[in-house]
Amino acid sequence: MKQEELKARLEEIKDKLIAIEQPRDNRIYLLCEAEDAYAVDKFLFEEMNLRFVITTGIDSDDCFEVLYHFANDETGTFVTTRAFIRDHENPSIESITPFIAGAEWIERETHDILGIDFKNHPNLRRLILSDDWPEGVYPLRKACVLSKAKELEKELENEKDTE
Amino acid sequence: MNWIRWLKKSPWVFHVNTGACNNCDIEIVDCLAPKHDIERFGIKLVGTPRHADALLVTGVGTRQAVPRLLEIYRQVPKPCVVFLIGACATGTGIFAGGYHVAGPVDEILKKEDPNAIIAYVPGCPPKPEAMISGIIKTLSTL
Amino acid sequence: MKKILNKPVLAVGPFHPLQEEAEFFQLTLDGEIVTDIDMRISYNHRGIEAISETLQFDQVPFLVSRVCGICSASHPLAYVNAVEEIAGVTPPERAQYVRVIINELERIHSHLLWFGLAGHFIGYDTVFMWTWKYREPVLDILEEITGNRNNYGNVCVGGCREDIPNEMLPKIRQKLDELEKKVEMLVKVVLDDPVIHARLKGVGILTKEAARQYAVAGPTARGSGITIDVRRDDPYAAYADLDWNVITQEEGDVFAKAVVRLLEVLESVKIIRQALDKLPDGPIAIEIKEIPPGQGCGHAEAPRGETFHYVRSDGGNRPVRHKIRAPSFNNVPSFRASCIGQHIADVTITLAAVDPCYSCTERLAVVDSHNNVTHDYETLLKLSREKTAMIKRQVL
Repeated sequence: MKQEELKARLEEIKDKLIAIEQPRDNRIYLLCEAEDAYAVDKFLFEEMNLRFVITTGIDSDDCFEVLYHFANDETGTFVTTRAFIRDHENPSIESITPFIAGAEWIERETHDILGIDFKNHPNLRRLILSDDWPEGVYPLRKACVLSKAKELEKELENEKDTE
Repeated sequence: MNWIRWLKKSPWVFHVNTGACNNCDIEIVDCLAPKHDIERFGIKLVGTPRHADALLVTGVGTRQAVPRLLEIYRQVPKPCVVFLIGACATGTGIFAGGYHVAGPVDEILKKEDPNAIIAYVPGCPPKPEAMISGIIKTLSTL
Repeated sequence: MKKILNKPVLAVGPFHPLQEEAEFFQLTLDGEIVTDIDMRISYNHRGIEAISETLQFDQVPFLVSRVCGICSASHPLAYVNAVEEIAGVTPPERAQYVRVIINELERIHSHLLWFGLAGHFIGYDTVFMWTWKYREPVLDILEEITGNRNNYGNVCVGGCREDIPNEMLPKIRQKLDELEKKVEMLVKVVLDDPVIHARLKGVGILTKEAARQYAVAGPTARGSGITIDVRRDDPYAAYADLDWNVITQEEGDVFAKAVVRLLEVLESVKIIRQALDKLPDGPIAIEIKEIPPGQGCGHAEAPRGETFHYVRSDGGNRPVRHKIRAPSFNNVPSFRASCIGQHIADVTITLAAVDPCYSCTERLAVVDSHNNVTHDYETLLKLSREKTAMIKRQVL
């Protein structure tokens, strides 16, 4: 679909969004709360037939962000949903794997490295971290910079040794 | 019986990837291609470590891959030569400090077997000529 | 791990002489037909996104070109596209053309590499040897320009690091001419050989709907009738000024994907020739003093599909977040859709058709065998070749 049609259709879900940002013609960001992300993504994938690209998880100090990147190849536009998870202690968001099979792996990966819980994910098992990686250590969280991860690991190994 | 003498002729090699970007691995397979053709030296890639005289190890040694590497090392009949191919294997290269990196691989192998025979072929990736030269140089010093 | 009782389970992997990466697939069989697949990856996970946050913007291209060896020109290009988007800069024209030339040369040698491996899996070892021999001149050109056969390190934020000297252009043209003849010969081999038709057609079909569901990219998508190509859809570098065809097939089987890749090599030769003719004079890079706060989505068409990088900056000199999505991350799970219902002899070639660049993602884990049925990769390879031999006897 062309640019004008794209923008017109995005108006249909405006009530679920906090804001729409368009820093350039072919990059659109839809900001929304975590609760609305599922509906917005379903609309983008099923009603507007956009192509799913990938999901990015970000730890932004006071909240978590989950970005869902979709592409409209006819105009070369990226439409990215920025979902804000306000609960920093126990972040969780509805999984989109039930209607996009290609999201299964990336949600598992985001769960591994950021500890975000994807509700109703059919298969939320460990994907990219090793079998012996300590539980509860999320390497991409701000609180867990590289050196800290090694520190925690050492502590856990010492605990294991003293057991 | 000096087993090392037998190793020097036509070593059969087994390739192990412990977390590499694939460059070194492609260059290893490229050694089999007509331009370099290591099979004329009698060197061939085998499908199981039990038939190997030498290991070609690439990669930084990720946490998940290291236990498998040790398992393979135990299965290779000794004496064997371990060739560490590429910057990642010789010393974790550009991935130093990564949270999932358990390497460098030579320290892990030396802990397992202090008498391990280890040869280093640096490069990113080392050219096939460099690998062949590394293998020949190592074997001639044994 | 799912343990499925009373059904034989095959372990594919983890280490095999021609499978350069470690991966584990667990296949569940009913007789000789695959009914389910489980996959575990982690062996190549090096935590690159976390390392990227500790590097400065201009150091990151060196890191990401080592995400994957065969897409090592595409990853830094996608990253640099994202950063240049944040900074709002456009590199000089000559740099754009040099980027095109390097990327297309990489596409050629990657597709030829794939073709060789695919030939090996079905028992055509001559094809393997020939294609890997034809790759060499391409690698030689890349080495002369950038200093390395792989891992070119040629892309930087704002342009390119190494220029292509004008004296080299006749040599590049000559090598391309020689290569084109050989690839045309290979195309005929594939399109005319009745054994290859019988062996690869109808095998490992990925339907258009499944391709959309799994969000696949590159030849895996184009082989199933989804015409997407970043070079045409969202042109970067100098692609907007060049003319070529996007190759698509409808059937979605291994044969379709092989045809897409082979014909793309010929299109790449076309693109490089145009780029060499149009190569303008001028500087090779501009200096960028700082990256303002913002976010950028950059993508490039790697040999395996769309490589996507998302970069967020807060005005400092390091990325706050750098998300890397290699095409294989979406393509490999689609193996599930294309392999279920297949005969075990077709498993290796179906997986190979996805062209998994294992480093790009991480490969899967191993599954235990049940019922004392343990087939290693050697056996699967043998089964695949036996099937080809059987078809040969029937057809010829």
